[in-house]
Amino acid sequence: MEKKTRREESKAAKAILITISFLFVGLMLVVPLISILVNSLSKGFGFYLSSLGTKFVSSALKITILATAAAVLVNTLFGLVASWALTRFSFKGKQVLSTLIDIPFSISPVIAGLAYIMTFGRMGWAAPIVEGINNALGTDIQIVFAIPGVLLATIFVTFPFVSRELIPVLNAEGTDEEEAAALMGAKGFSIFKSITFPKIKWALLYGMILCFARALGEFGAVHALSKTRGKTFTLPLEIDALYLSGSADSIVASFAVSSILVIMAVIILILRNLLEHREKGKSGIV
Amino acid sequence: MYVELKQINKSFGDFQASRDVSFGIEKGSLVALLGPSGSGKTTILRMIAGLETPDSGDIIIDGARVNDIPPAERGIGFVFQNYALFRYMTVYDNIAYGLKIKKMPKEQIKKRVTELLELTGLTGMEKRYPNQLSGGQRQRVAFARALAPEPQLLLLDEPFAAIDAKVRHELRTWLREMILKVGITSIFVTHDQDEAVEVASQIIVTNQGRIEQIGEPKEIYTEPKTPFVTEFIGQPTFIEDYGKLKGFRKEKKYKGAIIRPEFVEAFKSDNKTFKDVMDCSEEGVITDILFRGTSLELKLDVGGVTLTTHRSLDRRKVSVGEKMRVIIYRVFAVDETAAYPMDNEELAKRNVKYNHLEAYLYSKDGYFVV
Repeated sequence: MEKKTRREESKAAKAILITISFLFVGLMLVVPLISILVNSLSKGFGFYLSSLGTKFVSSALKITILATAAAVLVNTLFGLVASWALTRFSFKGKQVLSTLIDIPFSISPVIAGLAYIMTFGRMGWAAPIVEGINNALGTDIQIVFAIPGVLLATIFVTFPFVSRELIPVLNAEGTDEEEAAALMGAKGFSIFKSITFPKIKWALLYGMILCFARALGEFGAVHALSKTRGKTFTLPLEIDALYLSGSADSIVASFAVSSILVIMAVIILILRNLLEHREKGKSGIV
Repeated sequence: MYVELKQINKSFGDFQASRDVSFGIEKGSLVALLGPSGSGKTTILRMIAGLETPDSGDIIIDGARVNDIPPAERGIGFVFQNYALFRYMTVYDNIAYGLKIKKMPKEQIKKRVTELLELTGLTGMEKRYPNQLSGGQRQRVAFARALAPEPQLLLLDEPFAAIDAKVRHELRTWLREMILKVGITSIFVTHDQDEAVEVASQIIVTNQGRIEQIGEPKEIYTEPKTPFVTEFIGQPTFIEDYGKLKGFRKEKKYKGAIIRPEFVEAFKSDNKTFKDVMDCSEEGVITDILFRGTSLELKLDVGGVTLTTHRSLDRRKVSVGEKMRVIIYRVFAVDETAAYPMDNEELAKRNVKYNHLEAYLYSKDGYFVV
């Protein structure tokens, strides 16, 4: 008798927990995102398209894509290197390195932006170095308030994503399979390709996607380093500029531009799930 | 000697895993490295494989010093404790991996893998992934994979640890037969004395990074040379004041004695088989009876000392609190460094010898089964 009531209790708990989860996700995430899409179309589809077609938006889109690509590329490479170093070797300062990697998680992106200004700006300690390079090579590289600054800021804030996904997986998998392959004469890269990569590919992809999504939407750090609309603005900055300009048209336009980011993020998540699903079906490994 | 270790030392930080380890292994033998966890047995195996480098000393395989030769060129096959099968590869690809690395032609790879699948009874499983196999099948794949490149030496790290008790016994026999059939020199690590005794032709007992004793299973069993081996093998009880037991005199130079269940016999006072030696026996009271599947394990209180013995299920029933007659045939007196067998003096006077000792090694029971 008591057993039965217990089971009923856990059934009720299950229903309550599931309901809370769905309600919360719905109210906090889904409804606001949908309202963006709805608002973006409030002045008709023609207006929607024309507000996406301005040269400010297309410039912002280009820079966003550039910054995102740079962030994903750099942080994937760095993430692989760092997670490998942290899980496969023991060395002095391991704990310190592991903590340092997490800094972007814990400090405000604006501070990251300001930090780059303090480093590369006119008063910054690295400014003479940049100047020296420019003089020597005859170039005119600017970092602060220019595209390189936007890239750096984006890379900074998305720094830990890939390595944080990889480290637990590499730790859990151990090194037995790699050792076995090495004993049979396999060399470093071929071990990575045939043994390690298949084990970490989903974590890697997931880390890259998180990195991608975060880079796409970065505002604070880029805001500190980017001041020219149509030249160094990314989509989030463009959205902000449109919204703040205050006219009814520009507010709807800002929703329209926002919808690009939402749609891109949703597409990426769907692609990831499809890929993962297909792969699992193929190898029979769950 | 096919494999030789000379004066090997190895430390991990403050922990010394190997201290002056030296031994030799004949070609074609099947050797167990037996010891408790942390005794340095796995480190020895990994150093032979080249997965660890000794701090000092020489490792010689087939007459050549291999210290500086990379693992892949030592001609060894290695079976990992958890098999370390490549989980994203099929059984076929697992076994073929080492051959592909060696750039063997595809046709030859196929021939060799098929041969190994047949040998290990895995034919028909080649398309499966490791997680679709039972523990025993995984072990077979690991074994086949290690043998594929035709190594001269096979190393196995706790090959049965990941398998449940029921299948383990069967696999021990299988592995032994397989290794003897292939004829490959093999060394395996185990902490399980039954496993070592049953599978190996030679046992190397390790403790705290040292080699305690090397010998055939029977030798290790019947002639333990050190206090550690005496205590580690069998189910020993340590008794300081063994002079209390009838038929033994305590000598000052020994710190005590180790008594094994197989050297203790308990019988009822009306037992006719023992009537000639009845007055060599002393009284013991049964304090506990444990069912051990194929026999009973009796705990007896003999003058304040707790002794253990095994009793065949075919013998007459006994119960807790029952008074039995107890004879101890032999104890191992130990000092700090060595163990010395001591025989029951009263029995020796009557010329009762351990003619049943041999028999014991092949049964799970005492000397006399009545």
